[in-house]
Amino acid sequence: MAELNLVEAVNRALAWEMERDPALVLLGEDIGVNGGVFRATVGLQQRFGAGRVIDTALAETAIAGTAVGMAAMGLKPVAEIQFSGFIYPTLDHVINHASRLRHRTRGRLSCPLVLRSPCGAGIHAPEHHSESPEALFAHVPGLRVVIPSSPGRAYGLLLAAIRDPDPVIFLEPTRLYRLFKQEVADDGAALPLDVCFTLRAGSDVTLVSWGAMLQETQAAAEVLAAEGVSAEVIDVATLKPLDMATILDSVARTGRCVIVHEAARSGGFGAEIAANLAEYGIYSLLAPVQRVTGYDVVVPLARLEYQYLPSVERIVAAARKTLEGT
Amino acid sequence: MAVVARFEVEYTRFLDPQGEATQALPPFALDPAALLPLYRAMTQARLFDSKAIALQRTGKIGTFASALGQEAIGIGVASAMRAEDVLVPSYRDHAAQLLRGVTMAESLLYWGGDERGSDFSVPRQDFPICVPIATQVCHAAGCAYAFKLRNEPRVAVCILGDGGTSKGDFYEALNLAAVWQAPLLVVVNNNQWAISVPRAMQSAAPTLAQKAIAVGIDGCQVDGNDVVAVRHLAQQAIAKARAGGGPSLIEAISYRLGDHTTADDATRYRDPAEVEPQWAFEPIRRLRNYLLRLNAWSATQEEALVKECSEAVNAAVEAYLATPPPTTADMFDHLYAALPATLQGQRETALHFAPHDGGSHG
Repeated sequence: MAELNLVEAVNRALAWEMERDPALVLLGEDIGVNGGVFRATVGLQQRFGAGRVIDTALAETAIAGTAVGMAAMGLKPVAEIQFSGFIYPTLDHVINHASRLRHRTRGRLSCPLVLRSPCGAGIHAPEHHSESPEALFAHVPGLRVVIPSSPGRAYGLLLAAIRDPDPVIFLEPTRLYRLFKQEVADDGAALPLDVCFTLRAGSDVTLVSWGAMLQETQAAAEVLAAEGVSAEVIDVATLKPLDMATILDSVARTGRCVIVHEAARSGGFGAEIAANLAEYGIYSLLAPVQRVTGYDVVVPLARLEYQYLPSVERIVAAARKTLEGT
Repeated sequence: MAVVARFEVEYTRFLDPQGEATQALPPFALDPAALLPLYRAMTQARLFDSKAIALQRTGKIGTFASALGQEAIGIGVASAMRAEDVLVPSYRDHAAQLLRGVTMAESLLYWGGDERGSDFSVPRQDFPICVPIATQVCHAAGCAYAFKLRNEPRVAVCILGDGGTSKGDFYEALNLAAVWQAPLLVVVNNNQWAISVPRAMQSAAPTLAQKAIAVGIDGCQVDGNDVVAVRHLAQQAIAKARAGGGPSLIEAISYRLGDHTTADDATRYRDPAEVEPQWAFEPIRRLRNYLLRLNAWSATQEEALVKECSEAVNAAVEAYLATPPPTTADMFDHLYAALPATLQGQRETALHFAPHDGGSHG
């Protein structure tokens, strides 16, 4: 066991799989000699060589596009986009090619790449460094979208993403990179994709979230517990494809649901979950579903970012609202 | 002041439009046995092309992108490749695809709206047609990187149009491949028109080949209607790439004799008077003229070849039309390696509401 923070867990998972899978290559800006601007790939080029840990030119389109070619020819590229605000030049390749190469060739070619990128606000970063683009990718058929919320899940889910035969967008919450440490076995064990993780069992209200927002969501569950409210906490982890069964099962027991995410509200992934609850879980609901999200505004720069991000107070207030009159 | 860089862009032509050698020919061009397959392939591609347009006009396939007049590019380039190389084509490259082993029936299946047309029996690792402009250059650069990393003596070959050179993907891919010294050949089919936008509005650069200079690799121009020249330069560039010499760019000068696609009407933006004289330069007549000079071709042989190629086209059309439509489940079953549980319900819905006749062609 090793005491690891999230970025160290990412590094260990990459190293584990690099050691065992000669087809695995890493590419991105500053990931080699410098070990990545967040140090996610530190030491890997020294260990596995510049041929497999590629410092690319400063070109996000080509990083994603060449990864498509590599993947189709049997490599396992794990590409890093330095910040989520710089991920948009990759969309043409992710949406038009990576997500559909298997489909359009009837499986003759496939695209088992992983696109890693930090995401989210809360570290006083410059402009274009705090975005949460998960819903954009979750809308695209053929992709998987994964967001870990702890070092252990980052380790296990990244290994699963690398071993998955299809393209995976792996968004790492920047705020969690060094927030806390956890015992991680570093034994190469992957966690399952396409399933939610129930982090806390409860019976009065279901709190659903992913990524860094699980910090506030779990803290809210503590506050609610002190008030005598038993909150279940679900980490969605894989947004696409979505394991709605776990959420529906929980809501069937609690009758109440609060969805928490830091991305903007309209068209955010919370809307998808809420719509599914309306379609398949409405007779379980004892109160309207609540969403606690970022506002429909540009992610503010550092001085206002914590007013943008959902707070423990907002989550607790939303949970209380679902319990009004009980 | 000191000059810190100079560059030249060479233009190569071996056969003039009358089929007369303009300079000493490469050895293969002296051997009719080496030229006849090229002539046959270009003839086959053109007959396929005109049949595909006819099929679109009669509602038997969807939109089709003709390569009329540009057959020497696809055939010259593909004839310089080995089977284990990888072609990363655009939507106007069926000539190259057919020579690589893609069947006409498969091509019609694709243009007829059936993904199974991109599941080629041969060549299994060639990319399907790329519709988004120039994105395929990035994919080809990635393929080339994979070959280099594994020390495989293979080359990735990519074709795009003149309009594609205006895209960032083209430059980014070429730039990265050059840094990597990856085994890549990028061929620009400069047919002078990107739908309605003429070459002059695409770039102020006097040649598109010189865009290679900016990334530090070789770039040259070739008469794209001279299959001898295209094949010769592609052979050189591919051999160089295979030997570890890195990527090259070839700008093949040609002319789009037809519309952009069957959905286009070029008379809206292009004076037909501009097109007519271009027929004098087209590649098939040029090679035929040369073969006639060599006494390696006759009217009887021409007649037999056209008959044989037409029959092959007709057989492909029949095979295409006889192909049953894909099953409804096909749209779900190839999206992921294994269908995610969440898609099961949608798949069942689609099957439940599927038309009883399974849909139709076109």
